[in-house]
Amino acid sequence: MESDLSVSRRGFLGSMVAGGVASTWPADAQRAEAASTGAPPPVQTALTINGQRHELTLDPRVTLLDLLREHLGLTGTKKGCDHGQCGACTVLAGGRRINACLSLAVAHDGEQIVTVEGLTRGETLHPVQAAFLEQDAFQCGYCTPGQICSAVALLDEIRAGAVSAATADVSRLAPAALSDEEIRERMSGNLCRCGAYPNIVAAVRAAGGRRAA
Amino acid sequence: MRAFAYTRATDVSGAVAAARDPDVKFLGGGTNLLDLMKMGVEHPGHLVDVTRLPLAAIEERESGLRLGATARNSDVANHPLVRQRYRVLSEALVAGASPQLRNMATMGGNLMQRTRCAYFYDPTFAECNKRVPGSGCAALQGYHRMHAILGASEACIATHPSDAAVALAALDAVVRVVGPGGERAIPIVDFHRLPGDTPQLDTNLRGDELITAIDLPALPFGRRSHYLKVRDRNSYAFALVSVAAALDLDGQGVIRQARLALGGVAHKPWRVAEAEQRLVGQRPGDGAWRAAAEAAVAGARPRRDNAFKVELARRSIARALATTAALT
Repeated sequence: MESDLSVSRRGFLGSMVAGGVASTWPADAQRAEAASTGAPPPVQTALTINGQRHELTLDPRVTLLDLLREHLGLTGTKKGCDHGQCGACTVLAGGRRINACLSLAVAHDGEQIVTVEGLTRGETLHPVQAAFLEQDAFQCGYCTPGQICSAVALLDEIRAGAVSAATADVSRLAPAALSDEEIRERMSGNLCRCGAYPNIVAAVRAAGGRRAA
Repeated sequence: MRAFAYTRATDVSGAVAAARDPDVKFLGGGTNLLDLMKMGVEHPGHLVDVTRLPLAAIEERESGLRLGATARNSDVANHPLVRQRYRVLSEALVAGASPQLRNMATMGGNLMQRTRCAYFYDPTFAECNKRVPGSGCAALQGYHRMHAILGASEACIATHPSDAAVALAALDAVVRVVGPGGERAIPIVDFHRLPGDTPQLDTNLRGDELITAIDLPALPFGRRSHYLKVRDRNSYAFALVSVAAALDLDGQGVIRQARLALGGVAHKPWRVAEAEQRLVGQRPGDGAWRAAAEAAVAGARPRRDNAFKVELARRSIARALATTAALT
């Protein structure tokens, strides 16, 4: 009896979502329905998400965000504005951060997608996740998965020598220092309505392993 | 959102052939088009994804640099030759959008993005000549603080939102396109249109033409160039006013050539030959900057909410030129 009561809210919601998965329809049935209604045909696609390959038949309108949340039950990635203005849906596609809400799932055919669920190694948190905990870098937590994915990419971009609007001289090719100014500018695509920004900056700085310049 | 067919273009000629159907739109990064489709502003019946075409290269050429149409904004901004030779373009790109959006957005798509005029973007407003030709312009009587002060018409006072296009205008970029009749080259200043009586047409690109590349001519003084963007918040916002500037100084520090383009003020990047001419032969300094700024905003017709942009443009031009002159 106890095990029945211990079903987590997240697991319960996840199972409800999975019950409505459109992509589990047989592809033939989807195509037949499309043909009968004159609707454009669904598209077959294959994406690798957090290391797991998914072969899917999708309505082309399905965004990468809706694929993750509604079809695959990966609800770590959040839907904030759904218009590319808040960054809550940030995921890594081919190692680069993108807004999953402004991206068609079928346009990512063959790509490697990493969401916040894919950052841990077993029970070990990613250093950016650990830094967010240590620095208390969130309040309600809704923007946090996007912030963390964004910060993971930010640190890679800095190492690769990418410039930002905070970079004083873009013609200098040496990597920018991980200053607070650079972190704020490079994290500006992720809004936090609770205003946890100072601790988010601290977490990114800590994860970057350097003191502010 | 209206249902649409999705196909992936495998070659340029196939993409162009598909676009003979007026219901087709090309899909690049999708950062603007998909948003407009969600809003109900755009409703194509068929998206042809052009992002897998072999058009993403950034290549050095004898005549300058060729930016592939599907090169992502972030890749262009970070390219060493862009950073060193066309600094203004790298700065303009990183002044736009967010890192996530720049990773998605393509160079061709950046030119094709549509205005962020709130009355255009929201179909619950019945009046918008750009969205529904002949329906009127809600912005004329509405809140038009962000709108155009130069080159507007009674039909439309929207501004073009691109930062990169302003830098490209200062750099004399050339847009290469392919259509059913073959290739043609469109100078960037002729690529976007003023609204006139046909604000529904943002550009002179025909519906069945595909942008394949943007060519940057060699510019020996491109290293002495700069982009200044003034906005309501310091990041991730559209420009109130922006300035792309480049200066060629001789051995005595006298200005030999100047390039000046404004963003956030018109339906297209606003390049002013007269302002550039006023700088030639001058020594860098407030007098020269002010004369250029006056010429640049000559003919400005601000409206109730955006009169501040005229003075903001003057001061932004002066600051951008001073910063540019001080570069080494």
